[in-house]
Amino acid sequence: MNRRGTSTAGIYTATMNQGARPPKRKLLKRLIKYLLSAKWLMLIALILNLLSTLLTLIGPGLSGAAIDAMAGGKGAVDFPTVFKYAGLMVAFYFLSAAIGYGVRLIMINVSRRVVYTLRRDLFNRLTALPVGFFDLHQTGDIISIISYDVDTINASLGSDLLQILTSIVTVLGSLVMMLRICPQLVIVFAVTVPLSFVFARYLTKVVRPLFQKRSILLGELNGYTEESIGGVKTTKAYNRESYMTGRYDDKNKAAADAYYTADYYGTINGPSINFINNLSLALISVFGSLLYLSGGISIGNISSFVLYSRRFSGPINEFANIFAELQSTFAAADRVFRLMDTLPETPDSKDAKELVSVRGDVEIKNVNFGYTPERQIIHDLSLNAPHGTVVAIVGPTGAGKTTIINLLMRFYDVNSGEIFIDGNEIRDVTRDSLRRAYTMVLQDTWLFHGTIFENIAYGKEGVTREQVEEVCKAAEIHNYIMSLPDGYDTLLSDNATNISKGQKQLLTIARAMLLSSHMLILDEATSNVDTRTERRIQSAMLRLMRDEDGPRTCFVIAHRLSTIRNADVILVMQNGEIVEQGRHDELISRGGEYAKLYRSQFETW
Amino acid sequence: MKMILRYLRPMAGRMTGGLLIKLLGTFMDLAIPWILSYILDSVVPTKSRPLIWSWGGLMVICAILAMAGNVIANRFAAKVARDATERIRHDTFVKISTLSASQIDTLTIPSLISRLSSDSYNVHHMIGMMQRLGVRAPILLIGGITITLTMDRVLTLILLFILPLLGVVVWIVSSRGIPLYTKVQEAQDILVRKVQEFMGGVRVIKALSKTDYERSRYDEINREVVNRDFKAGVVMSITNSVMNLFLNCGLAAVILVGAYRVNAGVTQPGTLIAFLTYFTIILNAMMGITRLFTNLSRGMASANRIDEVLSLGPKLTIGEKNYKETDAHVSFENVSFSYNGISDDVSDISFELKAGETLGIIGPTGSGKTTVINLLMRFYDPGSGVIRIDGDDIRSLDSGELHGRFGVVFQNDFLFEDTIRTNIDFGRNRSDEDIRLAAETAQAAEFIEEYPDGYEHPLTVKGSNLSGGQKQRLLISRALAGKPDILILDDSSSALDYATDAALRRAIHEHYGGTTSIIIAQRVSSIMNADLILVLDGGRIIGKGTHEELMQSCQDYIDIANTQMEAQALGAEAKA
Repeated sequence: MNRRGTSTAGIYTATMNQGARPPKRKLLKRLIKYLLSAKWLMLIALILNLLSTLLTLIGPGLSGAAIDAMAGGKGAVDFPTVFKYAGLMVAFYFLSAAIGYGVRLIMINVSRRVVYTLRRDLFNRLTALPVGFFDLHQTGDIISIISYDVDTINASLGSDLLQILTSIVTVLGSLVMMLRICPQLVIVFAVTVPLSFVFARYLTKVVRPLFQKRSILLGELNGYTEESIGGVKTTKAYNRESYMTGRYDDKNKAAADAYYTADYYGTINGPSINFINNLSLALISVFGSLLYLSGGISIGNISSFVLYSRRFSGPINEFANIFAELQSTFAAADRVFRLMDTLPETPDSKDAKELVSVRGDVEIKNVNFGYTPERQIIHDLSLNAPHGTVVAIVGPTGAGKTTIINLLMRFYDVNSGEIFIDGNEIRDVTRDSLRRAYTMVLQDTWLFHGTIFENIAYGKEGVTREQVEEVCKAAEIHNYIMSLPDGYDTLLSDNATNISKGQKQLLTIARAMLLSSHMLILDEATSNVDTRTERRIQSAMLRLMRDEDGPRTCFVIAHRLSTIRNADVILVMQNGEIVEQGRHDELISRGGEYAKLYRSQFETW
Repeated sequence: MKMILRYLRPMAGRMTGGLLIKLLGTFMDLAIPWILSYILDSVVPTKSRPLIWSWGGLMVICAILAMAGNVIANRFAAKVARDATERIRHDTFVKISTLSASQIDTLTIPSLISRLSSDSYNVHHMIGMMQRLGVRAPILLIGGITITLTMDRVLTLILLFILPLLGVVVWIVSSRGIPLYTKVQEAQDILVRKVQEFMGGVRVIKALSKTDYERSRYDEINREVVNRDFKAGVVMSITNSVMNLFLNCGLAAVILVGAYRVNAGVTQPGTLIAFLTYFTIILNAMMGITRLFTNLSRGMASANRIDEVLSLGPKLTIGEKNYKETDAHVSFENVSFSYNGISDDVSDISFELKAGETLGIIGPTGSGKTTVINLLMRFYDPGSGVIRIDGDDIRSLDSGELHGRFGVVFQNDFLFEDTIRTNIDFGRNRSDEDIRLAAETAQAAEFIEEYPDGYEHPLTVKGSNLSGGQKQRLLISRALAGKPDILILDDSSSALDYATDAALRRAIHEHYGGTTSIIIAQRVSSIMNADLILVLDGGRIIGKGTHEELMQSCQDYIDIANTQMEAQALGAEAKA
């Protein structure tokens, strides 16, 4: 019975964790996991890259050898040797360029997979989140995670890691080569290499939080952008353009400043590492020359050494750049994984049944519930609604009428108590089958970018044109649709100007009419349709409230009298709580809240 | 590109400053290999150790200057990028708020949002990059070539022969790359829209158990985005490999030709070494330029999308003064209008409303009620007919002056993430009394004052911590707080119960008696006391008059009223 205990976790954690930053190593590990989905490609890329690195490593040796062949000076150049080495150089570089392109192709292929997978996983998680999450988070913020943060990761991750791996080879290879040429000169790096590391460490400490801040502020800016552009009509109507712009400017400035601050420290990187390189070069020049004077090294070898030293410090230089890039990658990854780690709806229990051919007997037993632990709003609610019952939920605005719907559909889980459908506790059946058992028409109409036909046929698979037309006729929207130039194929774009709110509502009603479930939920669905149309809809709804097997079980949130009067049970809600329960006549004669509410409807001024 | 330049121009001074500093730093970078070759070729033969030390010291100084110059210049560049982006975003935001309703309809809201967010981000990135690499790389390139010219002209010719070839490659590749990136951005737009749609419809989607279907639809576009990105990447990365190859072959050529020249005694092996170093520097500079081009392709695509918005002309212009003596506060004279320019959405609408009067508009869905409001507020201009306020044709009024007269609540109006007070005040600096009076009148004060922090109570995103009725009451408070001449409520009390709705109307009458009101409603009770009621159907007026008159003359109105009166009868019965 443990499962029946408080199952509130899903509700209170339906928000992104804003806690401490996870350690970098952990982030990196998770990122690498994504890369490893393409491990064979990565392996091939790695091998090819090593190959091309080795080929280019031989380059300076070849040119050094060629230059040594000229050491004789005027008239004494050993041409066959020069030709040989120059020819080898060309061959090696050809090979290395071809391999290089191959590696790039593989890497963009890998990054394509990684981006795809990250975006897929993010969206899958998003779709699994409890609805409460969407009340608390701005779409713009989520979009900024799915688009930029993933882009940021993509831009650097694959190639960076590959580069780090091959750089290690380059560093080691160059080191070996330099040791072979002149071990004494290598001591120079004992000065410069530790310097780079100290520097890099300092930078990460300073820079990483800055990049994190940059991501957050950008997310906020985008959230505001979405909110305010969505309300641009109101802004114009109130002449508040300058006010909204002022608010935008604040956020814009904050985001731009954060970007700048991150850049301010981030861009020290390249020049500083470059400095360390140049320092090495200076030291090599001085000590190389001194060595040459004492006969310890040839001019050609100094040349090779210089070139190798560039290859040696080149990757260290790259490391610094990669480091900077990784800072923004980590910041982005942090946000991506936070979203991915947001707790989804509690999964269906393992032995959850599919709810099939539902009759529609609903029983609510001793249910307690609150959206927050501090405030319980449903106390010990019990209600028996055998199939065919019409339950009307009434109450003044803001009384929390949708809470019941949230519980029935399992958008939220009860804190304690039980809800049965045909004798099955709803936590013992799969959510999908539970939700499919209902037909729901919400007050907020929701249509997507697609044709009218697609929008109506959305709820049910394999729907024919005839079926759609039939429900549209029933919903009294057929004639309107036919009056549009493209009829049912009219594309509803993002803010279809020709479709009014009422028409949208009729479309969603038509959509609901296609479903053949035995239980119906109407959430103030018709309040925005004019009375004349509503009468037509109501007759259609009355038809919808029955099916071939008899009446459906209906839960209706309504202000409309006829529905309420004909209801089998009326739940009267006030301040989020159920205060009365009964039939119309009983409640009227009781003279309580319901009677007061009922009478007040006809007062005018 | 022009757009970007326009924004960079005011910062030309700072950019030049940064450029000069960068120039200095970069020249220092270039001086170092030259000193190396000088040491090897000229100082070493003198066998003077102190001289070697001092030239080495010079190298270190150059290195320090190079670092300082580059860091300072990078910071300048970051500042320029920040300021330019901030202004571009600002201007785009302002532009969007001045777009006409039909321009917004064409561009669509999600696309505007993505231009202002993801595109402006790309542009920011591009401007920073352009300055950092765009200056350094060409200087390294030109400087490198100049120095090599002084060292050995013949060898430099090899370089000069290769560079145009590289230029052609870069040009061909990037001219193909830019359109490819535009396509990537288009697909990204659809992806973003998909996520938005999902978040907006999550309850419906879950109720219909369509998450799997949504996932598969998302999957298609997700795939499309990465595939397009891949295509662009395949093209763009050709540059890198080809460049690498060309320059490295150049190295081999330098050695070959160098060998002949050393043999002829016109050049030194030390020069050759320095030459090779410069070649590497030049190679890296060219690489930087290609990276710049990849970024530029992406950034340009985004800049163009932003420019599309910025360069839109004003759609609604202010016409000549057109005044007519009248005692009507608001009047429509034979107004007709069509959204798509094909069939009229409203036709031949005429009415007059005196100051302080109330107009009720009722009619079926799609009958043109909201269109009347859109026209009155001049979101669109009528196809024919004239709309006047105090005798002035609204087309002759400045839009600020025009809108300043209204307090309006639209269907589905918006609230933002801030305190209740800020949402009501909406940046108009209303006094506490004004706000309280507005909230009381709108029947919102009661629930607001229940919060411990009252008017300072924060709303969550889109006001999602309020119920539908609470939102409507806040929005009405907002409309009233400005003490408007004309109050417009477009079906904005639909979520209120009858009692609250009635109390609201009573309070408006009481506290804002001088205000002319236009109320669109579904309930007869909401408008039956109006001075004038319009019954609309199919965009035409089918009934006009007071409640009593319409109950005699307009069959549709009688039908509507009767349905609701039936309820009234029941109410009477209940009272008895």
